[in-house]
Amino acid sequence: MAKTPVQFTLNDKETAVFVDGGANLLDVLRRVVGDLSPKYGCGQGTCGTCTVLIDGEPRLSCLTLAETVSDQSIETTGGLADGPDLHPLQRVFMEQFAAQCGYCTPGMLMAAKALLARNPNPQREDVIEAISGNICRCTGYEPIIDAILDAAGEMRGRVS
Amino acid sequence: MITVESYASINEAASAMGARATYMAGGTLVMRTLNYGEQTFERIVRTNDKTLKQISVHADRITLGAGLTMSDVLNARDLEFLAPVARSIGGPAVRNMATIGGNLFAAHPYGDFGVALLALDGQVQFADGSQEDMERFYATRNTQAALVSSISIARPSGSDFRYAKVSRVKPKGVSVLSMAAWLPIRAGRLAQPRIAFGAMAATPQRARNAEQALDGGALGPTEIQTAVGTLDRDYQPPDDALASSWYRTQVAPVHLRRLLADGGHA
Repeated sequence: MAKTPVQFTLNDKETAVFVDGGANLLDVLRRVVGDLSPKYGCGQGTCGTCTVLIDGEPRLSCLTLAETVSDQSIETTGGLADGPDLHPLQRVFMEQFAAQCGYCTPGMLMAAKALLARNPNPQREDVIEAISGNICRCTGYEPIIDAILDAAGEMRGRVS
Repeated sequence: MITVESYASINEAASAMGARATYMAGGTLVMRTLNYGEQTFERIVRTNDKTLKQISVHADRITLGAGLTMSDVLNARDLEFLAPVARSIGGPAVRNMATIGGNLFAAHPYGDFGVALLALDGQVQFADGSQEDMERFYATRNTQAALVSSISIARPSGSDFRYAKVSRVKPKGVSVLSMAAWLPIRAGRLAQPRIAFGAMAATPQRARNAEQALDGGALGPTEIQTAVGTLDRDYQPPDDALASSWYRTQVAPVHLRRLLADGGHA
């Protein structure tokens, strides 16, 4: 069976791959491209750990048909750091123990990045809503919410 | 092996449907089936037809394109009354993907958006130009061959539309039940009110006895008490991992009373 060529931008890098019919974006990113930062969790849209940004909006890569992302921009946790410098969200998550087992972290980070791009000064309720599709079974969410709020404050400081 | 076929228009996609084919909109239902290897199809048919994203507002009706996502609903000024419904579904990522049309095919206990559309006198419009009442549609949806192109609903005024979703997890969880009520008032009396529940049957279903109890009366405590007392005649809810049939039967009247009395705070 012929594969389908798909071209997209992954973390600002032009990417061209051939995908199997019906392949989901998560499988393509992990197995074909080699970006292991988004994780496979439930495969049914419940856990959110496969969350990536497509044209800036959070989507579930395990439920996204790979061949529908042609000419779109995809961002994953793998593109957050700037060389050796972690993204503020990553650093604050680390410093404040917002990651425990770490499995939900890629999805949490991308959901938070989308929120802060849209709303640089979120209230606590905004953060809760933004990560409401991401399940964490370790932290009880509070350290994650605090970390996102602190990262937002830090990022606002940088801008000003 | 799965093949994916993309068409320019909904009509072309409809023509391409047939044996071993399924239609995919946002992907939240079809892709999960694929991920679990439970598919009975070999072909995925899809379209980027922009007409599926249209919203047409008329004096007393609104037509919603089947391809509108929950996020599209949240961003549409004319659909402010549906914002609480869209917001109750999934997290932001799901809402960027899940469509209105797809929601009509979501299996129990999902499909809360359809509950609201059913209460709002939803009429399902198909690619071939035909139309079907939502109750009839739900009765036949599993064998439905035509593609849904849009849904026409009543345009509520003021606060005569109400919706609430009851789940065990905050802020987001799967429905123990969801409910919607459209309560038009003429000359101080309820005129043909419509009430629908989700997760109380295999598909969203109207509470016909409660509707009849309220029709022509005021929305007072006595009328509400009578109406909520009829729910066990309309529903024999299913058991699932979220709630037993007994539990749903016990709590549904409580939540409907709150919805009717003060807009609902589930």
